[in-house]
Amino acid sequence: MNSANGSFTKRALVIGGGIAGIQAALDIADGGYEVILVERSPSIGGHMVQYAEVFPTLDCPQCILTPKMVEISQHPNVRLMTYAEVQAVSGSAGNFEVRILQKARRVDHAKCNGCGTCWQKCPQKVQSEYNAGMATRTAVYVPFPQAVPAKPVIDCDNCRYIHYQRFVAEKRPGKKPMECRICEKLCPVGAIDWEEKDRIVTERVGAIVLATGFDLMPIERIPEYAADPDVVNGIQFERLLSPGGPTAGVVKRPSDGRIPKEVVFISCCGSRDPEHGVPYCSRVCCMYLAKQALLYKHAVPDGQAYVFYIDTRSTGKGYEEFMQRVVTEGVLYLRGKVSKVSRDGDRLVVSGADTLSGKQVEIAADMVVLGMAIQPANGIKALLTRLGVAADDYGFVTESHHKFQPLETSVDGVYVAGAAQGPRDIPDSVAQGSGAAGKVLVLFSQGSREAVAAK
Amino acid sequence: MDLAYYPGCTLKTRARNFEQSALAALAALGVNLVEMPRWNCCGTVYSLAEDDLVHHIAPVRNLALVKQAGQGKVVTLCAFCYNTLHRANLVMRDSPEKRTAITSFMDDVPAYAGEVQVAHLLQVLRDDIGWDKITARVRKPLKDVKIAAYYGCTLLRPQSAAIDSVERPTVLQDLVRALGGTAVDFPFATECCGAFQVVNNRDIVNERAKMIIGSAVRNGAGALAVSCPLCEYNLRQAQATLGQGNSGFTGLPLVYFTQLMALAFGLDPATCGFDQNSPQTQTWLRQQGLVS
Repeated sequence: MNSANGSFTKRALVIGGGIAGIQAALDIADGGYEVILVERSPSIGGHMVQYAEVFPTLDCPQCILTPKMVEISQHPNVRLMTYAEVQAVSGSAGNFEVRILQKARRVDHAKCNGCGTCWQKCPQKVQSEYNAGMATRTAVYVPFPQAVPAKPVIDCDNCRYIHYQRFVAEKRPGKKPMECRICEKLCPVGAIDWEEKDRIVTERVGAIVLATGFDLMPIERIPEYAADPDVVNGIQFERLLSPGGPTAGVVKRPSDGRIPKEVVFISCCGSRDPEHGVPYCSRVCCMYLAKQALLYKHAVPDGQAYVFYIDTRSTGKGYEEFMQRVVTEGVLYLRGKVSKVSRDGDRLVVSGADTLSGKQVEIAADMVVLGMAIQPANGIKALLTRLGVAADDYGFVTESHHKFQPLETSVDGVYVAGAAQGPRDIPDSVAQGSGAAGKVLVLFSQGSREAVAAK
Repeated sequence: MDLAYYPGCTLKTRARNFEQSALAALAALGVNLVEMPRWNCCGTVYSLAEDDLVHHIAPVRNLALVKQAGQGKVVTLCAFCYNTLHRANLVMRDSPEKRTAITSFMDDVPAYAGEVQVAHLLQVLRDDIGWDKITARVRKPLKDVKIAAYYGCTLLRPQSAAIDSVERPTVLQDLVRALGGTAVDFPFATECCGAFQVVNNRDIVNERAKMIIGSAVRNGAGALAVSCPLCEYNLRQAQATLGQGNSGFTGLPLVYFTQLMALAFGLDPATCGFDQNSPQTQTWLRQQGLVS
């Protein structure tokens, strides 16, 4: 590295506001350095805030995560940029220039007091991302009650007035949509700003932490299981179990709202399955399906939960003990794969193999929960390309050394934490977030590019 | 349009109705199926043993003859023939070592390396002719006729031989709709009929038929459209057994998709060879006003 050109900026960028990114940002900030935390959705919190209770302790993720989210928003060293995406990165360790797209919220957060009038009155209903499609939200929205920031954005793809504006501007033929503007009329502080535009912010940082997380493989990728409203993925079932979810924690099946009396959980849906392009193990499904089966039993004591599995992987601290507890509380485990989920009248028929008894089994079920494969977050490939960070065949960030540099990436000064690197549970994501922060602090403490180059 | 046609043994014996109706329906679409002059057995079952290459000679020989006749594509009606020919073709195309070994057993046909395309008739209807043209030829739409499309296994498995989505195929339902009928979805459309288990364990086939037919009935089907002579045979035989005594099993009429085409095109029912279908099918056809 050439020490002659450029200064050394002791400010970090964390990309992704899930638990790994939150932990990394807090630790760097507590270490005394400025952090910019960029999150593309309107709130930080990531997937963890969607969960009902977390294994193996069964504590409430909102209860343990929201204090950290609030801390982020109030920390003097943290600059939070939600509804924003990193567009371009140039430079090198100690001296990156980052272009960040701040998407237009069309709500002036300086004026907004978060009273909620707009999202209570907005007439446009859209599938809620936070509730994984199990409920709706409005076009002007905060994703969930504990969102940080707790102020709304207007989703321009779904807002009626923005549709109206485009309709008029493009002189489209046909019936005019409604002009609406209800939020603007009702906002007591005049915070709605239709003129706000996307803008580019350029920042200089010395280190970057990638904490971009994961998404689930779409259930449509396994057509022999999908195509029925009562077949849901793990995150959707979390929402049905969650006391803060659309059913207030009463498990109701999507098709008719009935309480399901038999629920089948299927592990390894797409994972460990080269046919579906995911030969790796998704690591967390065994545990969260066991947890969901247990929570379901708690919610519906006369219900029966079945779990199909290849083999259970419970390698974390306290995990195997938890698994044993789930089995003793009456969840039935069947070792084998499911070949098909089909509808027969009011119920679903799950056809599979029980390889321990050597028999084909059919289970009539009210609901089926699929432990879908964990994949890198949607759309992350382009970001990694922009950063020049190497990824594996599946799109997960490749660490510099599998054993000794698990948090370093192929680019000096760029670190990785959480599920961006591969499927991770919460404890591992937090550990990696802290670890990546430690790496950033080491880099900053060396204080110059010469020191970095000498390493 | 002339297309090289490989019939296979069943189409000349137990499933003459399949062949007759197919030839007539395609002629109505301006497609002429030209039977290969010197075909032999397709091999019947694709050999799964890695070193059992001698069983591929029968299908490969057929394909080499198609190539020798200067044809780039051969069409099959029987789903089993399609499967065996198609998979043997992939071996010849993709495995040079196996190709050399198989070729060394054949001296009466030209060298062959998978150049011919093996197509099932449903692919030709969908990809070469198109549903619009088929709909345009319909004279007596299959109005009010609820048909469950049954694929069996060999059109879809393994994935390398699949003519459509392995798990949720639509080509047969699309054809039923193109003919003006109502396609009934049911979950066992791609389940195995029991296949050759009929030889040594009819109970398996009976159980499968009960499951497949029962599901189609519960989903509102009035008839089952089939595409494989072995499925048709197994389901027909099993239904006869299952319907005996006071079992309460009523079964479903079975028709080849080509018979539905011929009827919808307004062709003489005599071209369909319905005498080879079950009495139940014949009764149903009269009740539906499809034949007089």
